[in-house]
Amino acid sequence: MTTTLPASAGASPPPGPAGPADSSGPSDGAGTSARSRRRLTPYWLLLPAGLWLAVFFVAPFFYQASTSVQSGSLEEGFRVTWDFTNYTDALATYAPHFLRSFLYAATATLLCLLIGYPLAYMIAFRAGRWRGLLLVMVIAPFFTSFLIRTLAWKTILSDAGPVVSVLKSVHILDVTSQLGLTGDDRLLATPLAVVCGLTYNFLPFMILPLYSSLERIDLSLHEAARDLYAKPATVFRKVTFPLSLPGVVAGTLLTFIPASGDYINAQLLGSPNTQMVGNAIQKQFLNVLDYPAAAAMSFILMAIILIVVSVYMRKAGTEELV
Amino acid sequence: MATGTHIDNSSRTKGGSAGGSPAPAGGSPALAPLRRLRRHAVVLAGAASLLYLLLPNVVVMLFSFNKPAGRFNYDWRAFSTDAWTDPCGVADMCGSLGLSLQIAVLSTLVATAFGTFAAFALARYRFRGKGTGNALIFLPMAMPEVVMGASLGTLFLNTRVAFGFVTILIAHIMFCLSFVVVAVKARVMSMDPRLEEAARDLYAGPVQTFLRVTLPLAAPGIAAGAMLSFALSFDDFIITQFNAGPSTVTFPMFVWGAAQRGVPVQVNVIGTAMFLIAVAIVLGGQIAAGRRRRQA
Repeated sequence: MTTTLPASAGASPPPGPAGPADSSGPSDGAGTSARSRRRLTPYWLLLPAGLWLAVFFVAPFFYQASTSVQSGSLEEGFRVTWDFTNYTDALATYAPHFLRSFLYAATATLLCLLIGYPLAYMIAFRAGRWRGLLLVMVIAPFFTSFLIRTLAWKTILSDAGPVVSVLKSVHILDVTSQLGLTGDDRLLATPLAVVCGLTYNFLPFMILPLYSSLERIDLSLHEAARDLYAKPATVFRKVTFPLSLPGVVAGTLLTFIPASGDYINAQLLGSPNTQMVGNAIQKQFLNVLDYPAAAAMSFILMAIILIVVSVYMRKAGTEELV
Repeated sequence: MATGTHIDNSSRTKGGSAGGSPAPAGGSPALAPLRRLRRHAVVLAGAASLLYLLLPNVVVMLFSFNKPAGRFNYDWRAFSTDAWTDPCGVADMCGSLGLSLQIAVLSTLVATAFGTFAAFALARYRFRGKGTGNALIFLPMAMPEVVMGASLGTLFLNTRVAFGFVTILIAHIMFCLSFVVVAVKARVMSMDPRLEEAARDLYAGPVQTFLRVTLPLAAPGIAAGAMLSFALSFDDFIITQFNAGPSTVTFPMFVWGAAQRGVPVQVNVIGTAMFLIAVAIVLGGQIAAGRRRRQA
């Protein structure tokens, strides 16, 4: 964030002192009050959004923190008892859900990177005048509702569908069944289907940051590398990929974080054996009405994500994401 | 905008040199197709990814012409245009669609206004607390939706606010804000401050400068932010489910319920229509921008 300061400082010329041209303040007193008013301008501008987020984004976390240490029942009401068993219970009961969430999300993120990179690369370097159209086609699937598209995967992956029969004929399903990814010669209701849905649904979140970092690469660097007799693969390994790292980091975070909390894919494409932690939170909050348990679980999820993300960002050593 | 043609040229030179260099090393003509395949491997892989992205939309479109036998529209039975001629033939569906539209419009208006103010503050000024402001804007985007939805729901439960239209609206404005700020901020930061200085030098007052120079320059960013927040609000399910209560059913919530009870074909019709309308708007915008560029 500090890196942006010089730019924005340049963009905000202190209009007050600049101004014999806009001589609105005739006397000295009026000048200083105008200046102090101007000093308050950013705060006034930030106030509505800041207040909204403080009340409806930050404050809820405090309510949830207090809820997570409550105990009681729905009939008798919940009271704060500083009872941390909500946390230990959640971990004991839902450890497999947590594990599955991060495993599925990590796999989906990796697949998104593998599938998204060639597309982002193609749009950035090979698309020519088709670039705008291709970008529209990447965002276009967004316009049909998330849920409707996920339901479409139910059709695509269905037992009688073409995907299953092709995979069956080349005996890939046997291999994945051995690995525990599928079972009974079907794709729906297996971990593979859930990962497929997650990969699909979060792919644009990977492609767009990748594209924007690839697009910024100065093409004379590629030419320079080739002039120095680098093979195309070497150019990619030593020039293109390192320069696209900010996009890789942003893209992996933008896919991994929402994917690890998602429960739509696991619900629509999976089975009870593929439920993720989002499904558990949703059930506790909306069906069981055990609010303390739901609060404790979402705190654990948030904590794990914060740890994973901060370790990852330190390893990746990225400067500016926002 | 001139970069488009620039890139175009350099990619052409790149293709030329890539075609030239392996030829002397390659040798045998039998390997020529293989070599061509390798040179276009990126394009082929990219096209495959694009197909993967668009496949569900094709399926949704195809199955909007299906005549399913049972309640579920997952298997192809027979061609029919029934659903297209009677898109609102399903109980409650168009009502939920209208509700989603209302919420999306209202939350877009508020989020775009508040977000634009905040973006100008963060892009244009140096002030104490700017880092905190940036972090506050960034965090909602870096938080899984379940966590945000559940904690906002907990707030409403604790303060005994009745769930419904208002709570959905509050939640949608909350998560749309950040995206508007990011879109507008990027645009404002890339604007040339000299244009505004020039306006002031030509004796434009602050209001005039803002209305005639600053706002038109920032407009594409504001429009992008507004479109994004409309799309996000219209499509949101997770946060909405935690903050809607039992009686207020948005379109995504209707689809979720239908996924358990049986999905009517009309859902595919709406999905297809949304897709086509949005693509038409975006393409229309692109064509208009292209024409303006050519005239300029």
